[in-house]
Formats: sequence, C-alpha cells, structure tokens
Amino acid sequence: MSTVLRTEALTRVLPGDVPTTLVENIDLEIARGEFVAIMGPSGSGKSSLLYLLGLLDMPSAGRVWLDDTLTTGLSEDHLAHIRLERIGFVFQFHFLLEEFSALDNVMLPMRKLARLEEDEARDKASELLRTFDLAEQMHKRPSQMSGGQRQRVAVARALANDPQLILADEPSGSLDTHASANVRDILHDLARNQNRAVVAVTHDPTFAQAADRRIFLVDGQLQPPERAATLFEVSVRR
Amino acid sequence: MNLAVSIALSHLLSRRRQTLVSLAGIGLGVAFFLAVSALMRGSEQDFMRRLVDNSAHITVYDEFRLAKPQAAELAAAHGAVEIHGVKPETEVRGIRQYKQKLDFVSRLPGLRVAPVLLGQAIFTFAGKDLGAAINGVEPDLMKNVSTIDQYFVSGSLASLHSDPDGIIIGTGLADKFRAKLGDKISVTSPTGLVRVMKIVALFRTGTASYDEGQTFIILKRAQTLLGRPNVANRFILKLDDPARAPVVAGQIERALGYKSQSWQEASEDIMNLVKIRNIIMYSVVAATLIVAAFGIYNVISTVVLEKTRDIAILKSIGFHARDIRLIFLIEGAVLGLVGSVLGTGLGLALMAGLARVEVKSPFITTQAFLPIYWGWDQMALAAGFAMGSALIAAYLPARKGGRVRPVDILRGAA
Repeated sequence: MSTVLRTEALTRVLPGDVPTTLVENIDLEIARGEFVAIMGPSGSGKSSLLYLLGLLDMPSAGRVWLDDTLTTGLSEDHLAHIRLERIGFVFQFHFLLEEFSALDNVMLPMRKLARLEEDEARDKASELLRTFDLAEQMHKRPSQMSGGQRQRVAVARALANDPQLILADEPSGSLDTHASANVRDILHDLARNQNRAVVAVTHDPTFAQAADRRIFLVDGQLQPPERAATLFEVSVRR
Repeated sequence: MNLAVSIALSHLLSRRRQTLVSLAGIGLGVAFFLAVSALMRGSEQDFMRRLVDNSAHITVYDEFRLAKPQAAELAAAHGAVEIHGVKPETEVRGIRQYKQKLDFVSRLPGLRVAPVLLGQAIFTFAGKDLGAAINGVEPDLMKNVSTIDQYFVSGSLASLHSDPDGIIIGTGLADKFRAKLGDKISVTSPTGLVRVMKIVALFRTGTASYDEGQTFIILKRAQTLLGRPNVANRFILKLDDPARAPVVAGQIERALGYKSQSWQEASEDIMNLVKIRNIIMYSVVAATLIVAAFGIYNVISTVVLEKTRDIAILKSIGFHARDIRLIFLIEGAVLGLVGSVLGTGLGLALMAGLARVEVKSPFITTQAFLPIYWGWDQMALAAGFAMGSALIAAYLPARKGGRVRPVDILRGAA
C-alpha cells in the first residue's frame, strides 16, 4: 500500500497569553485505499488534526508530507493549489454556496482548477451527482434540498478534481440515522473501491465501525493502538 | 462566465435591496455630477463666448508698455545711469502712420482688423448735455471685427454711409435725451468744434454703460471733429481662433512697438474667477460621489461579513486570497459600472430638462434657455470618478475578505 499522507511529530499550539496546545507530537501514516476514523472526546483536537492534515492550518512544529511532497513551509498560495488539486473536504455543515445550484457547487473546484472545458466539467459534475442519486436535485439550490442530499452534494464537490485524499469533519454530525449511513457507505466505497484515502473525524461509533482503522485522540495526544481499541469498545457500549 | 464574476453577481443578486440602494446612490451621484457640471460648463462656455464675441480679441493701443530709453542710458548701455527730472516727451497721440501699420497687421493670416479713433465729446439735445465716447469707424471693416451689428434696433453700421453727418447711438443715450431716430443732435468736441449730426441708427446691447456711453461716426468725420487728421488710436482685431490671441498680440507688439492686448490679458480677473468657480463646483459634485462610495463600502462590507462561511469554503477548496479579493472588487466594479450607466442616463434626462428651462433676461429680447454643455468628457469624468471611488470602496472589505482564515471560521462553526 502506498502512503498518501505522513506526519512527523505534528504539533499545533495556539499562541496567546495562555498558549493552548491543540495537538501534540502526532506521527501518522495514511495509505491509499484506507478509511480512517479519528475519534475522541470533544475538545480532544480531532478537528484541529484534520485541518493540519488538510493543509488548512500550519503546524507549530513537525511536518506533513502529501504524496512524498513536504508541504510544511510552503506558501499559502502553494498550499491552496495543493488543496485544490489533491484534497477534498466534507464538513459537518455541508457548506455549500447558497446562491448556486447543486451542479454549480460541484463544478466550483473544477472551474477554479480550469483543467476541463466548461461543458466537460458540467458533464463530469452531473455524472458525480447521478452516482450519488442526486439527478433530480441537480438544478436545485441547497435550501431546497434535505440535509442528507446537501451532504452528498458536498461529497460530490469534494471529489470534483479527483483528489486522492478525502477529509471529512463530522460528515454525519447533523444527519439522521438513514442519511448518516448513506454518507458513511459512500465514504467507505471511495476508499475500498476507488482506492482513495479517506480520513473522517467522528464521534459516532457506528460510523467509526465502518472504518478500516480508528485513531483516538485524548487531549491532543494520539493514543496507542491497544488503548484506542479499549476506548472504542467503551464508546460502542455507551 | 468567469467564476469570480459569477460568484460576485450571485452575491449582489442575493442582496437585491442593498444593491439597489447603493446603485441609486452612485446613480444619483453621477446624475447630479453631470447635471451640475453641464450647467456650470454650459454657462461658462456661454459666458466665454459672449466675452470673446463681444470684446476685441486683440486691441492695439497708441501706447507703449515701456518708456523710451533716454539718450544717456543708450550711451552707456551697461552703465548704472540714473537720470532725474525727466519729463515725458510731448508727442502726438495716436498710432503713427496707421495706414501702413494697418496694412501690415491685415496681412497676418487668420485675422481681421479695423482702425478706430476713440475720443470724447459732449452731446447736446433739447437743452440737455451729456458726455459720451465717440468711435470713429470704417463701417465695412468694423462689421468684421465687432458684434455690434447684431444689436441694432434700427439701421446698421452701414447706415453711416448714407449720411456723412450721421451718428449711431445706443438706446440708453437716446432714452436719456428722449431722442428718436432721425433727430439732430449737436456734438461738441474737446477742441471746441461743434457739429450737428443726425441719428441714423440705434443699438441696444443690454449693457447699460455701453448703450449710454458709446457712439459711432465715420472715421473721417471723427478725425476732423477731434482735430486729429489721418490718425487712428486703436486697432481692433478678431481672430479665427481666439485661443491664439496672446501669441498674435505678442507678434504684433514686437513688430509695431505699440501695446497689443489680447482678450485673455484684458479679462484675466474674469478667467481667474471662472477657474475658482470650477474648483468649487468639482469639489462639491465630487463630494456627492464620495458619499455614494460609502454606500458601496457598506454593501460590500456587509456581504464580506455575511459570506465569511463562503469565503472559508472557497479558500478550503483552494481559492487564493487574491481570488477572494477579486470577487469583491468585481462587486464594486459592477456597482460602479451599472451605477454610472444608470446615472448617465438620469443625468442626460436632467440635462435635457434643464435645457428647456427658459431664462428671462431683462436685456435679451430673444428667447433664451439655460446653457447646457453636452460634451462627453464630463460623462467620462463622472463615470471614471464613480468607478474609481467604487473600486477604492470595494478594496477595503475585499482585502479583509482575502485575509479570512478558513480554520478560524470552521472552528467557530464546528
């Protein structure tokens, strides 16, 4: 299995009068085709770790490699371009542009990358929406869709430029059980059948169960595998 | 459509009311700018046209700007000579050998010239004495350099040909004497000569001092009446291009030695007044556009504030700070552009409305309207200023939008 993402002693401290350590000393490797769930209590630094992995935030110390490219220290514009090309994000609150239709939202990253002609992009976006069962919703605006539909549009948008890495922050956090299972299956499928790396932050054990690997964070620290297994058991029983 | 443009338009369209209000601000600003500028420039042009038309473009006087150098000064060209008690030389006033000089001037290209002998006289009619100026003119040359022909109530300059003892006076003087066309009026010159002259024409320029104080007779007659045979003391010139007056005046003065004054020099104070008036006008109308720019600043600031989530999402997708700035700058540009177009339309309507306002002047008998300047340059100026202030107003919130850090927003929302 080839490694997509690797971190070394990743630390993020929020500066201030009382500096807050968000994550500390994280060593992580994520391979192609792997579906990894990041778990942990609220405030344990799950989302902070995800932002660091997604190059949205810059580490205070440590390094991040994406496909053997050392990303730490690159300019903000360079990082933005890497995100555009190689990383897809899905957030808890779908974060679609309200004024744009589902189709336009999915086309957004393609138009920004400008590698496809307008009509090619349109075809690809509608194809993506169709695979997520959104053919009917294509020209609707986010406000006219259900939460589950919106989240699937967000996933489709994350896939627009064929990234190898999909990062999801509580993708099912605001969804009902059915929609949540749907999104989980989609992410699972992306890893299993499309050989992408999927990293999802979740506090939902059912969701995490579908993952190939579960990572536990407590107070910004990565827990060793045995401890992680115990913690997961606890969270399932609860 | 370009991505940034479509996002910018979606923002503006989603906030229709605010967008319309700021468009109205810019539009009204541009419209008032145009209306005021058109009126001010129109009246300035009208005024300048009257000034240029009614005054001589160049007047050559029988005077010298500098006193003649004294013999002692000439003898010691580089010496420090000071001479006391020098009295001015007694000389015959008037332009010497005016016919040759007139001939010289009239051969210069692009101008027309007429000689005038100006003097004073006392006019007596029905027991009343009044002083006025006498202009000895050659009617055929005079009508080329003066607009006086437009102002005749009866007769014309040519009427002087019909009667060698004819005189043309203004209605102001005629009213004072209660004299009518054809009445005989006696004229006493400073040399004591008295002549009875017949009123052959009447003019009315609307300027009271001119209508009461100027009269015209044949040049030859003036020369005998004033005891100055074969003399003229003014040349009046009109140029095809009035703007060249200072250059031509300098040329004539160098050649003839006599003081030649261009209309610009003669009315320097008025020109300064016009300049000050323009400065005042443009500061006031520019202020309205600056106020309108605050409206744009307001609407784009609100959009930036409201759309921080969108900005965060766009940046996380991979948009650069400059892409975000561009979106909001486009919003400012669109507001400025649409506002300018609407404002120009409204401004033209206002100008057309103003152009129909009739002005009733006590002096002008013909129908007169507010003078309006229709030049495109003021529209370009108004639109350019509106665009400029719109872009500056948009830049500040745009920069703020570009600085949004997606992580800050995502942390807050999660």
